[in-house]
Amino acid sequence: MEPLLKVDDLHKAYGALKILNGVSVNVKRGEKVSIIGPSGSGKTTFLRCINFLEKPTSGHIFVEGKLIGEKTVSGKFVHVSDTELAKDRQEIGFVFQRFNLFPHLSVLGNVTIAQTKVLGLSQRDAEARGRQMLEKVGLGHKVDEYPERLSGGQQQRVAIARVLAMQPKLILFDEATSALDPELIGEVLRVMRQLAEEGRTMVIVTHEIQFAAEISDRIIFMDHGAVVEEGSPAKVLKDPQHPRTREFLKRIEQR
Amino acid sequence: MSFLQILDQQGWYFLVTLLSGWPATISVAIPSFFFALIFGLVLALLRMARSRLSRGFAIAYIEFFRGTPALVQLFVIYFGLPDLGYSPSPFQAAVIGLGMNGAAYLAEIYRAGIESIHQGQKEAAFALGMTPTRAMRYIVLPQAIRVMTPALTNFAIVLLKDTSIIFAVGVVEVMALARNLVTETLQSGVVYLMAGALYLCVTIPMSHLAARLERNRRAWQ
Ligand SMILES: Nc1ncnc2c1ncn2[C@@H]1O[C@H](COP(=O)(O)OP(=O)(O)OP(=O)(O)O)[C@@H](O)[C@H]1O
Ligand SMILES: [Mg+2]
Repeated sequence: MEPLLKVDDLHKAYGALKILNGVSVNVKRGEKVSIIGPSGSGKTTFLRCINFLEKPTSGHIFVEGKLIGEKTVSGKFVHVSDTELAKDRQEIGFVFQRFNLFPHLSVLGNVTIAQTKVLGLSQRDAEARGRQMLEKVGLGHKVDEYPERLSGGQQQRVAIARVLAMQPKLILFDEATSALDPELIGEVLRVMRQLAEEGRTMVIVTHEIQFAAEISDRIIFMDHGAVVEEGSPAKVLKDPQHPRTREFLKRIEQR
Repeated sequence: MSFLQILDQQGWYFLVTLLSGWPATISVAIPSFFFALIFGLVLALLRMARSRLSRGFAIAYIEFFRGTPALVQLFVIYFGLPDLGYSPSPFQAAVIGLGMNGAAYLAEIYRAGIESIHQGQKEAAFALGMTPTRAMRYIVLPQAIRVMTPALTNFAIVLLKDTSIIFAVGVVEVMALARNLVTETLQSGVVYLMAGALYLCVTIPMSHLAARLERNRRAWQ
């Protein structure tokens, strides 16, 4: 079966500085893939390239077989217009490490603005769907609050509800709990686990190895901008083949 | 005659005359403000655009209007435009002049405001499928304008004071009437002091408002 997400030989460099050196990853519909790896190995860059927040230096992204951010014109790949790129991105949810809620909008405003301005839903329909998503992440009682008045964990859950309201085919999580105080991590992981159980397609960059082991179908270990090792959690985490994976896991355990 | 005697004998006449200039002052100041508000945003967007041509145009415009005296600009518009086939009335020349001049200042205020908004805001908007235009309109600009509010109020104060040059193209506003009174009564000290006091009566409440707005700005900024 065709993968939901296909990343084909992705390279990314900033000038002479090579960050990604040919990453190819396929993600099936409903699959949960976690990406682990040392700091600076290119995990964030990889996720950002998938929805073209960074433009790949070379390589291609496909969602359900459709090119993202590019099209082919007489056999050549060219970047699409801003409007087409925006349309491509609707399919891909992105949860940021630092939440990036819109501070000038209420919680409900945060989850409705893109529904009305991007999907063209009526205010009423958008609010209905928004409230439903906020219920889902346990924040139905905070609709009228402003982001600044919420804890980090609550803010991240609003950010997740905001993504869910767009009904993306795939959700990318970039260290969704790294900016949180330890006591707030659990509530966000709980929501993510619930999404995983619903069978959503998720690509998760995380340092929460235990969590990744529990919910992932597959773990990818990345280092120096390349996939070093991948496989089931049992295989990669319990029986790593590559010395660099072993070393990384040992260092993580020691913390 | 002492200052107080003059004030006692002619103060009321001066006041009534000067006050009759306010409608003209205000009716130039308000449209100029909105002209500058809109055109300033256009300039700021051009200034930050991808196209080098638009950036170049905006930079040249801003440099020119900030680098030459407003009075010169006013004269160019009032006396120069007729050569191009459009003869503005004094009122129109004043609004165009102050508006175009103000836009150059506001463009930089807008730009600073827009650039002060964290990159993550734009990225979150993009990730939700917004085009750069939508992200600007619904996410970045509303926040930038909040950041800019004190600067905008200051600008409004400066603009109001700048209307005191438009008598030069024949608008009969407060300063024009003050000059008439001086010619008539030769009491330049008292008349100009009163004119200044009248400006203060408007600008002081405005700066208080600015301070209030500044305090009320939400903590997220
Ligand atoms: N805009 C940029 N310009 C230059 N270098 C960059 C840029 N963005 C990222 N980098 C570099 O790319 C490398 C990979 O960064 P990236 O954020 O993808 O790593 P990461 O695996 O997510 O790390 P972490 O676990 O710390 O989040 C880093 O060395 C970083 O300094
Ligand atoms: Mg990262």
